[in-house]
This record gives sequence, C-alpha cells and structure tokens, in this order.
Amino acid sequence: MAQSKHEKIERNVFLMIVLTLMTVSVGGLVEIVPLFFQHSTTTAIDQKGNALDVKPYDPVRLVGRDIYIREGCYNCHSQMIRPFRAETERYGHYSVAGEFIYDHPFQWGSKRTGPDLARVGGRYSDEWQRVHLLNPRDVVPESNMPAFPWLDRPVKADDIQLKMRALNKVGLHKYSEEEIAAAPAALEGKTELDAIVAYLQGLGTAISDFK
Amino acid sequence: MADFISGFWNMYVMVLVTLSILFCVFVLVSNMTKREKGPVELHGHVWDETLAEYNNPLPRWWMYLFWITIFFAIVYLAIYPGFGDKNAHRGQLSQYGTEMAQAEEKYGPIFAKYRDMDVLAVAADPEANAMGKRMFLTYCAQCHGSAAQGAKSFPNLTDDEWLWGGDPETIKATITGGRMGVMTPFGPVLGAEGVKDVANYVRSLSGLAHDSLRAQRGKEGFETNCVACHGADATGNPLLGAPNLTNKSWLYGSSEATIIETITHGRTNQMPAFGEFLGEDKVHLLTAYVLSLSKK
Repeated sequence: MAQSKHEKIERNVFLMIVLTLMTVSVGGLVEIVPLFFQHSTTTAIDQKGNALDVKPYDPVRLVGRDIYIREGCYNCHSQMIRPFRAETERYGHYSVAGEFIYDHPFQWGSKRTGPDLARVGGRYSDEWQRVHLLNPRDVVPESNMPAFPWLDRPVKADDIQLKMRALNKVGLHKYSEEEIAAAPAALEGKTELDAIVAYLQGLGTAISDFK
Repeated sequence: MADFISGFWNMYVMVLVTLSILFCVFVLVSNMTKREKGPVELHGHVWDETLAEYNNPLPRWWMYLFWITIFFAIVYLAIYPGFGDKNAHRGQLSQYGTEMAQAEEKYGPIFAKYRDMDVLAVAADPEANAMGKRMFLTYCAQCHGSAAQGAKSFPNLTDDEWLWGGDPETIKATITGGRMGVMTPFGPVLGAEGVKDVANYVRSLSGLAHDSLRAQRGKEGFETNCVACHGADATGNPLLGAPNLTNKSWLYGSSEATIIETITHGRTNQMPAFGEFLGEDKVHLLTAYVLSLSKK
C-alpha cells in the first residue's frame, strides 16, 4: 500500500535525503550541465558562430571590474540586453553568451534601476564617465544615481598578481607569466576612476553592428 | 542545438526529460487510491491524545492539477524548442527576428517618408520633430541634457553657436562619426604668469572683466600660441572644433580660474560616434531635430 511506502521514506532520513537530492537535481542536470558543453557558451562566438574579439581583462580593466563589484553597481545596472526590440533599440545588439566567457563571475544582474550597461563601452566619452561617476547630477540633473566622489584615488594594486593567478585557475583565462609580471607596472599611477572608466569603456564592444 | 560539442548532449537532454516526465506519471499513478465502500480507515497517527486522521484519497481536483502540469510539459515541448533540434525556429532569436520584421513593416514607411526629404524640410515637420525628440531623450540627453541645454564640457545645442559647424551636413557628420576636440596644454610653454596673462586677454575678447595690464601682456602669448586654432580674430575654427572666444558661449566656463585651468592643462572633448549604432534613418531625423532646436 502507498502508505507503507511513504512510511518507509519518512522514517528513514538517509533515504529521504537521497531521494530529495535526486529530485531537485533533475532541473540542474537538464538545464545547467549541458551549458558546459555548448560552443556558444564556452567560446568567443556570436549567435551565428562568428568569432568575437573577446579578450581577458587587462590589469586596469580587471581592477575596474572589481571596483564595479565593490561599489555594488550591479545592484542597479544589469549587463545583459535581451533579444527584445525595446531593448535592442535602446542599448544595441542583444548580448550573447560568448561575450562573457572571461567574466568570473558575470555581472548580468537582473535589476535595472539604472540603464543596462552591457554595451555602454564607447557610448559616452571618458570625460563624461568621469564627471558622471563623481557626481551624476553634473551631467544628468534628473539622475538618481549615487555619487562616487571617492573614486578619484590611487588604485590598490598589491593583489593584482594574485587575482590574475586565481583567475587562471577558475576560468578560461591564460594570463602568461609575463603578463602577470607586468601587471603592477600597468597600474602605476592609475586612479580607481581610471580603472572603472577603462572597464566601462570596454563593455560590449566585441559586437558593434546593430542589427 | 548543433551548438553542443557532441550529439551525446542532445540525447542526454531528451532522455532525462522523457524519464522525468514518465517518472512523474508513475508517481502519480502509483499514488492514486480509490475510496472504498464502508467505513474509512484511520491513518494510524494520533496527536494530542485523541486527534486522528482519515486516510482518504487525494482530492480529485488536486490530482487533476498534477495531470495538467504533465500535459502542459508535453504540449510545451511539442511547440517550443527544448527537445533536440525540434522547433528551433520558435526559439527566442527567431521570435526576436519576427518582432523586428513586424516593427520594420510598421515603422519602415515612416522613416522612408523622411529619408529623401531635405533635412531642413524634416526639421519643419512636427511629426518628425516629435520622433526626433523621443530619440534625443533616449540617445543624446545623457550628455546634452534633456532640454539640450548642455552642461560643463557638453555643448548647449539650443543656441546658434557651433564648435564644428551648424549646417545640416556637418551636424549629420558629427552625429555619425563623432568628434574629438583636443586643446593641447600650454602651461609648460607659458608658465604660470604667462597663462594668467593670456587668460585675462581671452576674457577681454568677449568684454568680460579683466586686468588690462595682464591682458596687454597676454596678447603676445595669445598671438604666438593660440591663433593657429582659434584664429587671428579669435573667432574659432570649426574644422578643428576650436571655439569662438569672442562671444558669450563657454564650454567649460568663463571664470579666470577656469580659463587658466583650460590653458594650463588643455582639454580633450569627445563626442562618440552614433552612426553605426543608430543607422542613417535615425541620424537623419536627429539631425533635423537638433537643427530645429537652435532655429527657434
């Protein structure tokens, strides 16, 4: 009888745990695991299979990206343009997985208090980005974005080599020993503002054609 | 789905999906019980001394809900991609293609109507202006302001002063290809005092308050270093984006301190290119809108 089967499971905690794990893993096995074995999610190609010019972040952009994360930019800005006309008209070509192969972790986000930033690279001048980060109201009086006046200070560069080595372990990155050795020099004299502007100006530039 | 690195993964997904649907059916069927005649059995658990529970079958409507979810899954897989290569044409990218094609059908003729019209004629068209304004607010207002009033280092588009020229072709070229205005730093050449002298001379050009002794001294420095771009009469050069210094329009500000800063460190001012992103039709309408702003 059904009741006795239930009873067996309910009274055997270990069996219950195993069966529960099996049940909840189906979704992940079907929807997540195959993604690790797709060309479009593991190589720098677009939706048609054309190669994209996506490179690992150089040290300055890498630091900029960490500042982006530190300041919680992802709380208000997504970095993924969905394939809807309303989005592509405003932001540009929809995002494809191949653009993000060097993002660990990716910054797609899901919250848009501010605009999507997936293709913000080159959309504004460096000067605009600087003024806007230090005080958004200086250029967009209606803006409700917080000001980040403290960004105009030297970057903390002492852990950049460790960061690059760590990324070599987790992702597709292959920073060479020369690149790692040269990293601290690349950060010499840079401010956090320089770094985050460099990061922003590189976003989404691998695909430029609109339609 | 040819996207998978091997055909195995296609099968993997199909087998797992099929098995889990079949398993759901099995669980459902194996748990169906019929209500038997006679007194209903008790569950066997007793709570709070006397509280017991009947062992009735699950309510029928509830069972139906489970059947409906299974039915939904099968119908969904039959219509949308998710089961091998089938129905890939209904994936999100082809839906996007359909959406874009429909929009082209709807909006294409509107853009086509203005495409061959002269920019000045478009600028006089109220409907085109309304479209231009919406586009301006989406693509341009971040730098030039929602009323095109500009800001420090971002040009005001409502006056009739132009860094690069205000005729239709030039505005179109500006939007399409962007602009890069560079003023080199003159601090090292002029020295702190020299910069201050030139700054006072520059202020004198547009009738602002200035130290006339310094301005007199600065005239020479201006003529040596500045006329190449700003012109002998200081009215600027639109080919280089060098501003006219004799009027009341200031990109960075007209205070002595600001002018000193400009001369000492130079300025780099970029307008990004929008041609590739927006396409010719939109640039055409935006050009007309920008023109209409200053012709009021």
